[in-house]
Amino acid sequence: MDPRWHGRLALGLLLAPALLWLGALIILPHVDLAVLSFRERVGPRQYAASLTQYKTFFAEPLYWHVFLRTAVMSVVATFLTLLLAFPIAWIIAKLARGRAGSLLFIICLIPFWVSETVRTLGWMILLRESGVLPALLVKLGLTAMPVELLYRDATILVGLVYTSLLFMVVPLVSSLESLDDSLIEAAYDLGSGGSAILRTIVIPHAAPGITAGCIVVFMLTLGNYLTPTLLGGKNSQWFTEQIYTQFITRFNWEQGAAFGFLLLALSTALVILGLRISGQRFGDVMRRT
Amino acid sequence: MSTPDLVADAVVKRFADHVAVDTLSFSVERGSFFSILGPSGCGKTTLLRMIAGFIAPDGGDIAIGGKSMRDVPPNRRPVNMVFQQLALFPMMSVGENVAFGLARRGTPKAERLRRSNAMLERVGLGNAADKRVDELSGGQRQRVAIARSLVLEPTLLLLDEPLGALDLKLREHMKIELKQLQASFGTTFVYITHDQSEALVLSDHVGVMSHGRFEQLGTPQDLYYRPQTPFVAGFVGANNRIVGRTTQTDGALAEIATADGWVVRALKIGAVAVGDAVEVFVRPEVATLARSEAQLPPDQPRHAGEVQSVLFDGANSAVLLQEARTRREFRIALPQTGQFSDLQPREKVAFSFDPARAACFPARNGTAGQNA
Repeated sequence: MDPRWHGRLALGLLLAPALLWLGALIILPHVDLAVLSFRERVGPRQYAASLTQYKTFFAEPLYWHVFLRTAVMSVVATFLTLLLAFPIAWIIAKLARGRAGSLLFIICLIPFWVSETVRTLGWMILLRESGVLPALLVKLGLTAMPVELLYRDATILVGLVYTSLLFMVVPLVSSLESLDDSLIEAAYDLGSGGSAILRTIVIPHAAPGITAGCIVVFMLTLGNYLTPTLLGGKNSQWFTEQIYTQFITRFNWEQGAAFGFLLLALSTALVILGLRISGQRFGDVMRRT
Repeated sequence: MSTPDLVADAVVKRFADHVAVDTLSFSVERGSFFSILGPSGCGKTTLLRMIAGFIAPDGGDIAIGGKSMRDVPPNRRPVNMVFQQLALFPMMSVGENVAFGLARRGTPKAERLRRSNAMLERVGLGNAADKRVDELSGGQRQRVAIARSLVLEPTLLLLDEPLGALDLKLREHMKIELKQLQASFGTTFVYITHDQSEALVLSDHVGVMSHGRFEQLGTPQDLYYRPQTPFVAGFVGANNRIVGRTTQTDGALAEIATADGWVVRALKIGAVAVGDAVEVFVRPEVATLARSEAQLPPDQPRHAGEVQSVLFDGANSAVLLQEARTRREFRIALPQTGQFSDLQPREKVAFSFDPARAACFPARNGTAGQNA
């Protein structure tokens, strides 16, 4: 056989699993969902092309309220995750030396050995009215009666931040590790205080890592189903629940598919907006993750 | 005389298992170029970082421009540093790099721009303000790093082996450029290096550092012609080292015999008595080479040798001899007259040196009896 063909065949075989995965599990279902979302049931087993599903979304305030609420909460959760992850990443990348750094990293990783469901149930045990934390508050005399800490927006945010932390820490650590310490010293030497160094040297250097972490966390949060549902209960009003309801409870696949595409459009739009605001290019950012 | 720009008074820094800087005191005059020369691990970087304020001394005090720097952080010291790897900010343009320190001081933007452009002009980079750092050559980056510090008009500019990363040719060029820059700005430079040639060429004064202490502090000429310790004699410039014992002394001179019986004469430095273990240093250019003894200066002790190899290096050419009887190596610089250009290995030659220009030190601990 021609050696050139040999090489191509090898490359093709190597890429085959990835291409199959991409084609069969991502592209095909999405094409199918797109077709679904643009049709309407006009009679038993009779369908017609229409925009009804999308019209319903805008006509029904509940839907787009939940949609916006999900977007805003996701942005807030991403921002909180960044605030919390940055010092952790800084400690791992710059302050802890050698073994201490890897140990801290492992500590961040350990919660992920447990499934998300179990972790979230753990939060429920801690936070529910008859749970550990409310009992502790009563014992300390801070509240007269046990308070229900579940089913609040703050609780949802805590759960989302907790779930996302690692995905923010990893790109931040790698981008902070590549920051040469002498740049920080030089800035210090040239008269900068801590906040000026952070603003002029550290953040510009870490920007691709920050953006990468934010994109990953934002997408994970926006598409999260378990955490908002379990911690927020009926009040969680997360858009993925609406999609679930349409598909599973209402058996309205057309509506669910339209919601799915709206969510996809939302995350794409917000990621593009984020890249614009931070002046980053998608390619640079993805290289950092 | 004005107050020295830098005064170190009994500065001590200990790390877990060793003393990096050992009770060091010195001062640097305003407008001078001071170098700290020493092998790696001698404590020179620690000393520089204490002056810059990145490390606090365990004892003693550092005063800059007459003010004690105790508890003054690096960003409040009238000192700027040129880092070994230069540490230019890659996220900023050349102009922003130079204006960085001014911006931190709250200098208005127009003023900042004017001063940083003027500074770039002075270092010959007038049109580079809008370039990115990685568009510059090694030598240009060097100048940006210096400009970035000098634009702040520091009392003291610290330089941490800034030429180390450059290739040989550029390093030679930058040496001259640094000296000219220092002369034109008149800023006091404190320069650390392990390269004795950099220290000798650039400095007004050099402190030769070893194990956290200054072995000798003086002008480059002092260090070269009048070394005070065997370490300085061995570290600064090339030297032939002969280890032996004093057999007799005669005023300022001593006669030394090696263990295998080669007898040389040299100037005593420090306490050298008959029977002491000593180290003798003879510079390659101090010795005279001749094809026959009759051609040697008449008043110098004569030695016989055999050519081992000719080390041709243009103006720095030398010949490596073996002393006739003991086969000890001895290096002699070749004169530029071309008179020895036909020298062949195994050729028998004669050589001599003025004992007054050879230095004899009491041997350092543990070195007596070792072969040179």
